[in-house]
Amino acid sequence: MHISPVLWQFLVKWLHASALFPAEASTIAPWMDALYFFLLAMTVLGVILVGALLAAFSIMYRKEKNPVATHIEGSTLLEATWTIIPLAIFLVCFVWGALLYFRIYNPPVNAMNIYVVGKQWMWKAEHPGGQHEINALHVPTGKPVQLTMISQDVFHSFSIPDFRVKREVIPGRYSTVWFEATTPGTYHIFCTQYCGTQHSGMIGEVTVLTPDDYEKWTKESTSGMSLAQNGERLFASMGCNSCHSGTAAARGPNLAGVYGSKLTLTSGSQVLVNDAYLRDAILNPSQHVTAGFAPIMPTYQGQISEDGLIDLVEFIKTMPNNYRVQQTLMTSQSDQTAPAASGMVK
Amino acid sequence: MSTATILHLPNQATATIPKKNYITAEHGLLSWLLTGDHKRIAMLYLISITFFFFIGGAFAGLIRLELLTPQPDLVSSDTYNKFFTMHGIIMIFLFLVPSVPATLGNFLIPVMLGAKDLAFPKINLLSWYLYMTAGVVVLTSLVMGGVDTGWTFTTPLSTHYLNTNVMTTAVGVFIAGFSSIFTGLNFIVTIHRMRAPGMTWFRMPLFVWSNYAASILMVLGTPVLAIALVLVALERTLGIGVFDPTKGGDPLLFQHLFWFYSHPAVYIMILPGMGVISEVISTFSRKRVFGYTAVAFSSVAIALFGFFVWAHHMFIMGVSNYSALVFSLLTMLVAVPSAIKIFNWAFTLQKGSLTFETPMLYAFGFMGLFTIGGLTGVFLGSLGMDIHLTETYFIVAHFHFVMVGGMLMAFLAGVHFWWPKMTGRMYPEGLSKLAAVVTFIGFNLTFLPQFILGYLGMPRRYHAYPQEFQVLNVLSTAGATVLGVGYMLPMIYLAWSLKYGAIAGNNPWQATGLEWQIQSPPLTENFPITPIMDHEAYDYEWLAHKMEQEGNDVG
Repeated sequence: MHISPVLWQFLVKWLHASALFPAEASTIAPWMDALYFFLLAMTVLGVILVGALLAAFSIMYRKEKNPVATHIEGSTLLEATWTIIPLAIFLVCFVWGALLYFRIYNPPVNAMNIYVVGKQWMWKAEHPGGQHEINALHVPTGKPVQLTMISQDVFHSFSIPDFRVKREVIPGRYSTVWFEATTPGTYHIFCTQYCGTQHSGMIGEVTVLTPDDYEKWTKESTSGMSLAQNGERLFASMGCNSCHSGTAAARGPNLAGVYGSKLTLTSGSQVLVNDAYLRDAILNPSQHVTAGFAPIMPTYQGQISEDGLIDLVEFIKTMPNNYRVQQTLMTSQSDQTAPAASGMVK
Repeated sequence: MSTATILHLPNQATATIPKKNYITAEHGLLSWLLTGDHKRIAMLYLISITFFFFIGGAFAGLIRLELLTPQPDLVSSDTYNKFFTMHGIIMIFLFLVPSVPATLGNFLIPVMLGAKDLAFPKINLLSWYLYMTAGVVVLTSLVMGGVDTGWTFTTPLSTHYLNTNVMTTAVGVFIAGFSSIFTGLNFIVTIHRMRAPGMTWFRMPLFVWSNYAASILMVLGTPVLAIALVLVALERTLGIGVFDPTKGGDPLLFQHLFWFYSHPAVYIMILPGMGVISEVISTFSRKRVFGYTAVAFSSVAIALFGFFVWAHHMFIMGVSNYSALVFSLLTMLVAVPSAIKIFNWAFTLQKGSLTFETPMLYAFGFMGLFTIGGLTGVFLGSLGMDIHLTETYFIVAHFHFVMVGGMLMAFLAGVHFWWPKMTGRMYPEGLSKLAAVVTFIGFNLTFLPQFILGYLGMPRRYHAYPQEFQVLNVLSTAGATVLGVGYMLPMIYLAWSLKYGAIAGNNPWQATGLEWQIQSPPLTENFPITPIMDHEAYDYEWLAHKMEQEGNDVG
């Protein structure tokens, strides 16, 4: 015996159309809802059981019916029953919840990355292709999307209820979440962590487009400069290239292809170079000195905005070789050598 | 009304309140303000926490009123943020934490143990003064313009971004913490050292056991809250940078410290309430609590496990996946002792001889609402589910089911149950049953819609919300109105009963506890001669035997 697909479709549609249940607009949503209905069933059964016990005993043993109480000390068997059965059910909830948690917080390797910066009281989404959005996010269906998020001030939390995903957006640390949207449409973005006056105004809309529409949107709304291109400019203007030039004599380590590699630090520890590491190494270089290099890099704390850091990280991430860095280097060096040539003390 | 009641009042025509008792022992305001008597201090606490309960409740009313419409139209956002902050701070630190221990516990623990007073009467009085100082400081911050950090004081919002009265409020909460540490300390020492001859650990009423467990939590947990608040203050004034990421600090560290107290604090609030339920269920079933030892040890188990689950408030905050696993598992384990208690109480009813006076109705309300509150906690302990539900109205509904549906129901059960002992007079039975039912209905109407709102994704602490959430919010506000009536009623008729209530006599419920074997209201010294405990707790045969020998013990 099973429910006919037509009936099932009807039920699902009815639930979604009612105001009592959120839309299922991502691949994770049905998984989340399955666990939800299991937990709901557990709660309803639990409440019915307790309610039934109370009602039955109240009727059977009310004073009119049972004027004298019979004394019972307890029962080890019953105690064991209501220790072990709840424990078993709760352990199922634990394992099921843990599997779901790992699914939501471990992005697939082929996910496309979008950066999100939270600040009082707006969301800024930055696409690698140079599309910038405020309180809005455009994503395609059928493609895993990873959000790399950071807060510029206080704790925020990025939540899309219809996707059943949420993650805290933390000051000074990247956090990530991923989803794969399934149904085109617009859905709420909420900040769910209390963040000050306009907390309830820190909302936005995620627009899910079909891949074709998404393609069109990307073309139409790009600022013309990709994040990596912005990063390249910053890299030059902050003078990063004077040390990270990629030549044999360079004072800083070669950055081409460093992303995703394992690096040995002077402290002897090994680190995986990811977005978070790159960001920390720029802001707090003395804690992250690559083995074989001197701790001469100054801190950039307070000199680059989170957006700027994202640009730099994106640039380093996508840097295949040092050709362009060195091209830039020569120009900037020619700037520096110009005064020396005119008779200044070197 | 059927005659099925165990209520056993003396002949009202001849009965009088005993001339000599703790209330008439001394006269004048000073005799109350400088008293060392645990019963008088309990009454001081009862009056003060009721005062703060209604202030906190007024804020709840304003919050629900604002949320009647999706637009932010009643007050400004800053004001709304102050409403829920003050509601949280007042309800948690000035009502829930001291509620049962400082009032009922203070009054009853020495009597239940057969002692003349707590171990340190002056420290007991000091803790009330600390509580009042904390209350005045919090009220001062309110008058000066309030505070909008949320009751959680989350950094860096509280340290760098708000210019409201964060410091004043933090000082208030800091002081309230010491009041609770002293109460806990007093209880622990009293329970260890001042039990009457024959009062072994396993003859103590379960109310004492659960207060003992809560006291351990108070003494060990509260200092960590104090540390966290001091660090917030130093960060705010001197910028020491413990929590500031730009100075190499860790903003998550604050939340670890805060929840290391504030999760056990949940058990500080609920455990004493569970003790009340054990006493009430036993008395109105005429039976020993089913599995006394299991209930006693489950209190201690909750207290122990309660210290190791704090990070379940932080599952989405970027704690490592593996530590999240451990904390989720421990959270599931801490749910088990609560389940054990519920079933033990239910089976206490089995083969009892049940009557349904007001305290019993409140206790039934507690059982139902606490079951829902506890099981919805499992949703939040289950890692994946927590991602969707945390920081939404689901969590608001969950902890109100535990704190208000559970704890406040238990508190009211206890207040009604021991009211005749504390004042010597009965409350009006019919009206109080009505209040219990109104509270139960109002409560469910207020908070059940919030579970649905939470699953729909409505975030907590939102001043404005999308249109589609309005129907459920209107239901919730309507429920809050009913709930408000449910809480006003006891306030009124209990005050009325002080003068006009029927004279209760020593033991109106024919209960077994030592507190019921002395006059109501008790003498200042509780027992004219030190009692000797020669039977188990909840021994109704002993009571029947005693009543047979002594005749009708009318006060």
